[in-house]
Amino acid sequence: MTDTKEILTVQNLDVTFARSAMKAVAGVSLSLGQGKVGIVGESGSGKSTLGRAIMRLLPPSATVTASKLTFDGNPLLSQSEREMRALRGNRMSLIMQDPRYSLNPVLPIGRQVAETAILHKGLSKSAARAVAAEMLDRVRIKDVARVMESYPHQISGGMGQRVMIAAMLLSRPRLVIADEPTSALDVSVRGEVLELLNELVTADGSSLLLISHDIRMVASFCDRIVVMYKGRIVEELSRLSDARHPYTLGLIAAMPDARHPVHRLRVPDRATFDATERSGSPA
Amino acid sequence: MSMIELQDINVRYHSGKSENHVVRGVNLSVARGECVGIVGESGCGKSTLLRSLVGLEGHWTGSISINGEALGPIRTKDQLRCAQMVFQDPFASLHPRHRIRRALSEPARCMGLPVDDARIAAALEEVGLPASFADRFPHQLSGGQRQRVAIARALIVEPPVLLLDEPTSALDVSVQAEILNLLSDRRDERGLTFVLVSHDLSVVAHMCDRIFVMQNGGFVDELSPADIGAGEARDAYARQLLAASFLEELA
Repeated sequence: MTDTKEILTVQNLDVTFARSAMKAVAGVSLSLGQGKVGIVGESGSGKSTLGRAIMRLLPPSATVTASKLTFDGNPLLSQSEREMRALRGNRMSLIMQDPRYSLNPVLPIGRQVAETAILHKGLSKSAARAVAAEMLDRVRIKDVARVMESYPHQISGGMGQRVMIAAMLLSRPRLVIADEPTSALDVSVRGEVLELLNELVTADGSSLLLISHDIRMVASFCDRIVVMYKGRIVEELSRLSDARHPYTLGLIAAMPDARHPVHRLRVPDRATFDATERSGSPA
Repeated sequence: MSMIELQDINVRYHSGKSENHVVRGVNLSVARGECVGIVGESGCGKSTLLRSLVGLEGHWTGSISINGEALGPIRTKDQLRCAQMVFQDPFASLHPRHRIRRALSEPARCMGLPVDDARIAAALEEVGLPASFADRFPHQLSGGQRQRVAIARALIVEPPVLLLDEPTSALDVSVQAEILNLLSDRRDERGLTFVLVSHDLSVVAHMCDRIFVMQNGGFVDELSPADIGAGEARDAYARQLLAASFLEELA
């Protein structure tokens, strides 16, 4: 359950790209304690941009402003790049969608996982390898010795994602941002990866921010659901059945449900959301 | 009368020690106007099966017949015309430097069908796009619009059978709803027969009359949409798939 102690506090976060007048993320406020929070929204809703803004990983063309953005007592926006580098991968980690793109294709798996330990724990090469092997075992990789010598193209997608999780969670980060960690995986492997994330995050008492387009998965996995639309948070829920906002209701209605078969699916009407957005927004 | 009849389909790549037996003895019979779904994880052979059916794959053994006509690995124009495919990724399945007009007219021309601007306009309108889109390039369309073009491209040669390989998995849920509605409408109107491959059980349950679960190249279970709704299956692997699909959350 959510702890009272806050790990991440975001207040009024805005992101704009280049000279565009559109805000990719507009006035987002969020606070995370221990536990799992899911961010859902469709493509272009700003959910991934929000995750990257927290990690300060947006390109230089992006302008990020916030009245408050603190992680574990550190004001993130005023940190230097050097200070950020000490935080990233150490106390805050980002797990990305596709292991095929986020692992280095020309380095063996073992070296990539050990790198975290060398960089952030100051371990020697051989000690780091031992830690990496232990971590790979924790993410239930069977033949650890063989996998450590393998290259990313030699392992399956599910295994690759477990390797990523091992590398990202090795330093026991306080905050894990997982951006569509299971979208590239098969349904049967997806459950396994989520369970693993859950286990590690709970064991370390960390905070998990799960970014996904799959509202169903987020609802069954997370303690809180944050729904984003056009860069704004439209609703924060603890259960899907509490949804009131027309956008959330529209998303739910648009999903085919095997329990309640219909001949035609309801297509959400964007004009109505935009109208409620305009009339319903406080400022 | 059945529209599609598959008997003992096997697909093997290579031979000897490195043999890869992708599809193993699949039998399938699909009635006219029916929608049949195939689910399974990557590498189970579901796409290979569709590709053999549509004529993109020549390595199969067994017998395939569509619309009462037995088909071999090499097909005539008319045989190719009777089954058309809609692919997963609308970003990859349209030529980036061809205008939509050309994307739509080429298949018709290849099949020796007359095609003019009025025909293109009608094809676009049928999938809910304005006729002016004929002059656009694929990059000027959104993902959902591109998938509509891909459906128009398949329908322009008027096939009785449409093979759908993950037609909505690259799309947002609201766009997915639009595309699935479009497919149901065209099916009702033209009496089309669908074979739909997807990893999303709720999509398959929504669209299909019967659903086959595929594992290691063979069908291991047959489900009805009601079975999926109730989360019931006979085969252990099918039950595992149902359990992993988070279907229970939207009660």
